[in-house]
Amino acid sequence: MITRSAYEMSQALGSGEITSVALTQQHFDRIAQVDADVHAFLYLDHEGAMAQARAVDTARANGEKVGPLAGVPLALKDVMVQKGIPTTAGSKILEGWRPPYDATLVTKLKDAGVVILGKTNMDEFAMGSSTENSAYGPTHNPWDLTRIPGGSGGGSSAAIAAFEAPLAIGTDTGGSIRQPAAVTGTVGVKPTYGGVSRYGLIAFSSSLDQAGPCARTVLDAALLHEVIAGHDVKDATSINAPVPQVVKAAKSGEVKGMKIGVVKELNGDGYQAGVRSRFEESLELLAKAGAEIIEVSCPNFEYALAAYYLIAPSECSSNLARFDAMRYGLRVGDDEGVSAELVMNLTREVGLGREVKRRIILGAYALSSGYYDAYYGSAQKVRTLIIQDFDRAFASADVLVSPTSPTTAFKIGDKVDDPLAMYLNDIATIPVNMAGICGMSLPSGLAPEDGLPVGFQIMAPAMQDQRMYSVGAALEAELLTKWGAPLLSQIPALGGIK
Amino acid sequence: MTDSELDHLATEMDVILNAVARVQEVATADIKPTSHPVPISNITRPDVVVPSLTSEQALSGAPAKEDGRFRVPQILGEE
Repeated sequence: MITRSAYEMSQALGSGEITSVALTQQHFDRIAQVDADVHAFLYLDHEGAMAQARAVDTARANGEKVGPLAGVPLALKDVMVQKGIPTTAGSKILEGWRPPYDATLVTKLKDAGVVILGKTNMDEFAMGSSTENSAYGPTHNPWDLTRIPGGSGGGSSAAIAAFEAPLAIGTDTGGSIRQPAAVTGTVGVKPTYGGVSRYGLIAFSSSLDQAGPCARTVLDAALLHEVIAGHDVKDATSINAPVPQVVKAAKSGEVKGMKIGVVKELNGDGYQAGVRSRFEESLELLAKAGAEIIEVSCPNFEYALAAYYLIAPSECSSNLARFDAMRYGLRVGDDEGVSAELVMNLTREVGLGREVKRRIILGAYALSSGYYDAYYGSAQKVRTLIIQDFDRAFASADVLVSPTSPTTAFKIGDKVDDPLAMYLNDIATIPVNMAGICGMSLPSGLAPEDGLPVGFQIMAPAMQDQRMYSVGAALEAELLTKWGAPLLSQIPALGGIK
Repeated sequence: MTDSELDHLATEMDVILNAVARVQEVATADIKPTSHPVPISNITRPDVVVPSLTSEQALSGAPAKEDGRFRVPQILGEE
């Protein structure tokens, strides 16, 4: 049962083939079997999950109407606060903290009857592309345990690929849902900025952060998307408009007559050969399904990475000032007569990791008087240019596509000492965040040279999320016909189960 | 930060700053800056009292507390 899609699990629950209690227990058994190797989870809430599963089973037995994902298990990225459940954001500075409230997204999941198994590992405060920056140790890619599962949401993507959960929540500031999905052969969606409430999402870069669904199929992602999306008065940046009909789009998978724009700048040099060949193959399949493939140019995308590494650190240097050792979290050196300032300094020295410090300092520098115009101000102008590039491209194409990540999963440890090489992982995903539009990654096969998963990225205009689900479902169906079975059926057996 | 962290970061910062300074190549004076991707302004909610955290809940994660308040290290009276 654990290798089925969330949609299939939901049908099995509805028909009485299995109870949510049994389904949830099967997932905890699987976690017990493989998570010592994968390390996708930071915390398991066995008691809370089983209580929710029992409640859904009782509601079903009583003939009450329940939502489509009621009783289906899910893994929650540890950057989302859940009342009473340890929430660390991958940082020592929040070790042991139990939030006194639920994120809006968590409330929606609970109301929909979704069973939250536990919290997943991540790069500290979502800063990274490999999950190696977690203060609690790295997560391992289930395709090859010596490799990274992507980041920052590597715990969520690995949990799904290893069949520890059929669904997960990620957050995406520069690619932290899509790049992990790409390197683990799973589906990840960054909804339109403002499409899903950020209330209760521990902020990294407020103008870029967006939570979204991680899953094994496009339809599963759509089902989860509709549960978590919608306007929220607690988030001033939340968009007050109807949720795009993504489930309908994922079920239809219709691309006839759609124009698909290949972004010239997000392909070519710097992209691994196998990544490019799988991308070309997917384009052919989409053409076969009736889409028209055109080429578009976004000349300012080459400045996106530089602008991102000014804007995101600038916003994080401000957001992370809240970890001041006064109201919650770690406090170090609070001895008689020691000043508050020194306690803050000592706590942040011990409680924050190297990449987080690097970005806080970079951001503080970019915002400082005398350097503001040259760095942060210029980056904001590049942001305008990127938005203009997208506007022009979407005038001639319904969606844009590219490889999600320039390479397949690299070895753990390979890039930890080279921040710039690490930052390049997000070169194709960052423009989407800068413009606030939506993006999806789905598996397009394995790279011939290393046998590792490759991701195909689909981008659509703001609040047109349904377009990427149509295209994603169409490509997924074509690839399934070609492969004869889902890509994850080829994953090496962990603990004897494929 | 520790001394070894400072040494490490000092060299890295040069490299990173050189790389990100590329934004200046295209950021000409005629381009308007974008601070936020979705154009929205003046978001308010109705001025109605809604339930919030109790004092006990708000203090639940405090490193130190006293008499229903956060207890913090000394702020004034330093050299």
